[in-house]
Amino acid sequence: MTKISVTVNGTAQTHEVEPRQLLVYYLREKLGLTGTHIGCDTSSCGACTVHMDGMAVKSCSILAVQADGCEITTIEGLAKGDQLHPVQEGFKECHGLQCGFCTPGMIMSATDLLQNNPDPTEEDIRHALEGNICRCTGYHNIVRSIQWAAEKMKTSARALDGAPVSTSPVYASVNLNQQQQV
Amino acid sequence: MKPFTYTRADDITSAVSEVSQQEGAKVIAGGTNLLDLMKIDVMQPRHLIDITRLALNTIEETAQGGLLLGALVTNADTAYHEQVEQRYPLLSHAILAGATAQLRNKATDGGNLLQRTRCYYFYDTHTACNKREPGTGCSAIHGYNRIHAILGHSEHCIATHPSDMAVALAALEARIHVTGPRGERTIPIADFHRLPGDTPEKDTNLADDEIITSIELPSKGFAQHYTYLKNRDRASYAFALVSVAAGLDMEGDTIQEARIALGGVAHKPWRNPEAEALLIGKRASRENFQPVADAYVQKAKGFEHNSFKIELACRSIVRALMQAAKIDQ
Repeated sequence: MTKISVTVNGTAQTHEVEPRQLLVYYLREKLGLTGTHIGCDTSSCGACTVHMDGMAVKSCSILAVQADGCEITTIEGLAKGDQLHPVQEGFKECHGLQCGFCTPGMIMSATDLLQNNPDPTEEDIRHALEGNICRCTGYHNIVRSIQWAAEKMKTSARALDGAPVSTSPVYASVNLNQQQQV
Repeated sequence: MKPFTYTRADDITSAVSEVSQQEGAKVIAGGTNLLDLMKIDVMQPRHLIDITRLALNTIEETAQGGLLLGALVTNADTAYHEQVEQRYPLLSHAILAGATAQLRNKATDGGNLLQRTRCYYFYDTHTACNKREPGTGCSAIHGYNRIHAILGHSEHCIATHPSDMAVALAALEARIHVTGPRGERTIPIADFHRLPGDTPEKDTNLADDEIITSIELPSKGFAQHYTYLKNRDRASYAFALVSVAAGLDMEGDTIQEARIALGGVAHKPWRNPEAEALLIGKRASRENFQPVADAYVQKAKGFEHNSFKIELACRSIVRALMQAAKIDQ
């Protein structure tokens, strides 16, 4: 067993874990944070997406021991009390979920995108969601939900009179048009 | 996943000594491929040495005017790095054409080079695979081999290397700096990955007790005329059937130098310097690109389900060069 200390949704946690325990199992079974879903267990579907030190990662392809000393945010950590995160609100407003299984992962990927690229194009959003699979195939409304959230976050940022939207480095959107099919 | 012991390395020297001295030890960085392989028992290390906290996570300029990418810089941080975007956009595009945002946030540049093939049989422990279990045979040669190699394969293995990043690095002639118990050395990217021959279990020429420390990009980035063209079965989150990293150095419409690396067709990124040389001093045009593409696939040999790759590679090279030269289709 290895001792790890992590901060999850702002709360410090210290536990003994087996080296082979994946972060997603630690979050769900040790901490009871079952909002992070296990869809495929093979780093394919993105249902297990959480933020590790501010970046979206697949918690099924990270060992819990590797998260030692890191800050983790799960879907449970996004809302402030009763106030939903704008991306959560967007999913509600634009019918961004059907069965809801992929939704936590979708939202965690989307919030990472928006903190790096507050004004994404539709193509940027679709590219950012490459690693999140929706078996209900509700992609169009998911994209609309994120567009809704981006607009809301821009409006809120303006209302805060120039307050920074994010402290993370801003990733420029890269033109992927050259990857045409033959 | 089989149980294993775990330590976190505090410095590179102790990481090297641990990996060289401990039986069954393996280095883990991003772990995005290794952990998936461990979950299905394709890889079964008895001990993992976590190197993610080593100081190999910076991108620095070299005295030769190039860039040095620390082995632990993530693929995302590399692709979006200002200097990489401006001077080596071919590399940025190749990285962003692969995996997904979450994986690129975790996967490291060194680890990207060391990822294993996605051959279905390598992943299926119920089948024979010389790469996974030497001497058992190759199930792909007479099996379903749509994604497999058309160049450089052997009777023992027809797997391909899955990386997009490595294809761009091959075109850019990157140099891989490694360290081990016998000291430091530098391996040109062209010699880093191996052809399968009769030892397909060895993907690279990195020794088991060596660790990649950095990837050096030479000063020439082909930032004016480049393309990364990736063809795959679906437009997102799929490995290349055939990809082309192309860089041209042009004066007017005359080509001074051409670099073409293919992905998805061999056990390593595929270069053919003699074929590239056909373009030196030539005008950029479809008619001059065609013989180069033909030369690249001249020795290609397909199998039951992947012979389409030969024509696809040929056309992709022409298309990539047209895009790089900014010639209308």
